[in-house]
Amino acid sequence: MPILHALQETFGHVPEDAVPLLADALNLSRADVHGIVSFYHDFREAPAGRHVVKLCRAEACQSMGGHTLAESLLRRLGLDWGGTTGDGQVTIEPVYCLGLCACAPAALIDGRPLGRLNRERLDAAVNEARNDWSTP
Amino acid sequence: MVDAMTTRIFIPRDVAALAVGADEVARAVAAQAAALSTAVTIVRTGSRGLFWLEPMVEVETPLGRIAYGPVQAGDVAALFAAGWLTGATHPLRVGRPEDHPFLARQTRLTFARCGIVDPLSVEDYKAAGGYRGLAKAIEVGGAATVEAVTKSGLRGRGGAGFPTGIKWKTVRDAVADQKYIVCNADEGDSGTFADRMILEGDPFCLIEGMTIAGLAVGATRGYIYSRSEYPHANATMRAALDIARAAGLLGRDILGSGLEFHLELRVGAGAYVCGEETALLESLEGKRGVVRAKPPLPALKGLFGRPTVVNNLLSLATIPVILDLGAQYYADFGMGRSRGTMPIQLAGNVLHGGLFETAFGLTLGEIVMEVGGGTASRRPVRAVQAGGPLGAYLPPSQFDTPYDYEAFAARDALIGHGGLVVFDDTVDMAHMARFAMEFCAEESCGKCTPCRIGSTRGAEVVDRILAGRDVAANIALLEDLCNTMKFGSLCALGGFTPYPVLSAIRHFPEDFHTRNSPGRRLPAAAE
Ligand SMILES: Cc1cc2nc3c(=O)[nH]c(=O)nc-3n(C[C@H](O)[C@H](O)[C@H](O)COP(=O)(O)O)c2cc1C
Ligand code: SF4
Ligand code: FES
Ligand code: FES
Repeated sequence: MPILHALQETFGHVPEDAVPLLADALNLSRADVHGIVSFYHDFREAPAGRHVVKLCRAEACQSMGGHTLAESLLRRLGLDWGGTTGDGQVTIEPVYCLGLCACAPAALIDGRPLGRLNRERLDAAVNEARNDWSTP
Repeated sequence: MVDAMTTRIFIPRDVAALAVGADEVARAVAAQAAALSTAVTIVRTGSRGLFWLEPMVEVETPLGRIAYGPVQAGDVAALFAAGWLTGATHPLRVGRPEDHPFLARQTRLTFARCGIVDPLSVEDYKAAGGYRGLAKAIEVGGAATVEAVTKSGLRGRGGAGFPTGIKWKTVRDAVADQKYIVCNADEGDSGTFADRMILEGDPFCLIEGMTIAGLAVGATRGYIYSRSEYPHANATMRAALDIARAAGLLGRDILGSGLEFHLELRVGAGAYVCGEETALLESLEGKRGVVRAKPPLPALKGLFGRPTVVNNLLSLATIPVILDLGAQYYADFGMGRSRGTMPIQLAGNVLHGGLFETAFGLTLGEIVMEVGGGTASRRPVRAVQAGGPLGAYLPPSQFDTPYDYEAFAARDALIGHGGLVVFDDTVDMAHMARFAMEFCAEESCGKCTPCRIGSTRGAEVVDRILAGRDVAANIALLEDLCNTMKFGSLCALGGFTPYPVLSAIRHFPEDFHTRNSPGRRLPAAAE
């Protein structure tokens, strides 16, 4: 797992080519490694957008309107959960609780925590991430 | 040493405070102090747990620490101008935190230091009572330590409420070449954040608790299994582990006592089921997080097949205070078979959300209405989900239930990890029932059919109810499915998902039965 986390950190996903290398190094079959990568929601098998917006879908965030907030952002970007905008800038991923449940609704944008979100605050943060071409 | 002329200002670095602007406030404080040529020392702390007041800034004054909150970066200049360095009045002034009713009403044992100390200062930790528990454990030895934990009445804070002392005794009595202590910090329940607060606000407390556990059962290695959703907590914990190793608080000869304990942090990858202890062990071994059949118990055959203590983070972080102040001291709090204190987490649509550690025994209504102050939206409370996504929804008519493991169980409800999520009257309970099924389907480890397939079917059945099709027949079908899941699942993911679903049907039938009837009040938040 620490190796998979490191790969994902470096490449933004776990590259297909890495699977046989990992299998060899760890003395596992390719199917084993593939099984592990696919079991965990975090590991992507394809690259994500430049910016990753993790929106909390769990109950405490729903109680503060998180569901409506998420649906309306997805609708405006024309995306489904896990989708990436056409320009490759933003991926919206679901997350089940960030431990920010007393400051709901919450999100993590490129690792930056945001709480007490409403439509304006979320849009501003997503736009800020989108327009910031300098960050990888 | 801190210069006598400088004022210490405490600003949380807890991720919930960061999420509402604490870093911006810290920058503004530093900038304004420089502009005024005033000497201040900024200390970043954990959170006190009064989240509606975050970012809550505390200034050290002759009157004690005076809190102001919620502070935004734009308020900082005015706070300096008003004279907050001497504790002057200001609309944001909260006063002495310990006098605030939310804190004054608490009994903080596990959370005694959180939000007060610099989480990465061993000196702060020791000055606030840290490492007295370990010293005691070294003095009395392993057997007496296990005995003390048993006598304290501490029950596992991860969900099942199993007596911690009994688990430890099983591991202590097992004979093996290697034993392990595993901390379950995979806090996946919505509405919970207590583990996270300790990781960020008092990490040495967990290190000390796990070291004591190692001494008690004869384990020289430990792992903390945390979650990838907590990057800030993991960074703080990693830093604390490095500091502890460098300070001789972990390693071969702890505090010169000859005690050996090595501790590492591992991070999951977004799978709720990995909070289940056997799935967690599989994951720690680098495999898919599939639940193992029990027996064998992890206490006998756990990590790499060796005897292993798996405890929730709160259980382990409560060990130092039990050893330090005594088993009886801890056991004197609480009611019935629920001894000691519980760090309750008030979350969701609640006015005063945060961490409320208290002896067992307050009623649910006292906690939600008096402590929590009702909803944040100022609408009536309609439901409270207790104990995370596998816990029941309770209506206000059950607010007389005492917060106690047995009293909750008698109402088919869970204390679990201590989370309470409050909903106002705009909630659509059929939607919440659907969510419970969908969550189970999403997170199922795939081992049992009732959990894997039943939950997917369950979500479809709720969809038909939501669409108003054959409502009565579909409700009966849903109840049937729930029964199959309850009795045919290996672990509590499949086995307990029926509780939120059935409680929603039982207590809020109007959200299911009358989907299509003309006069039905359509909740504002439903689509
Ligand atoms: C689906 C599922 C998820 C769980 N998640 C957690 C968790 O996040 N943290 C935790 O401590 N226990 C969790 N548990 C309970 C653990 O299996 C186990 O009972 C606990 O770690 C034991 O520690 P304790 O005795 O200190 O509570 C979960 C159980 C199930 C079935
Ligand atoms: S109940 Fe679900 S999560 Fe639990 S073991 Fe069975 S399939 Fe896995
Ligand atoms: S439920 Fe969204 S942060 Fe916990
Ligand atoms: S997506 Fe769950 S009901 Fe709207």
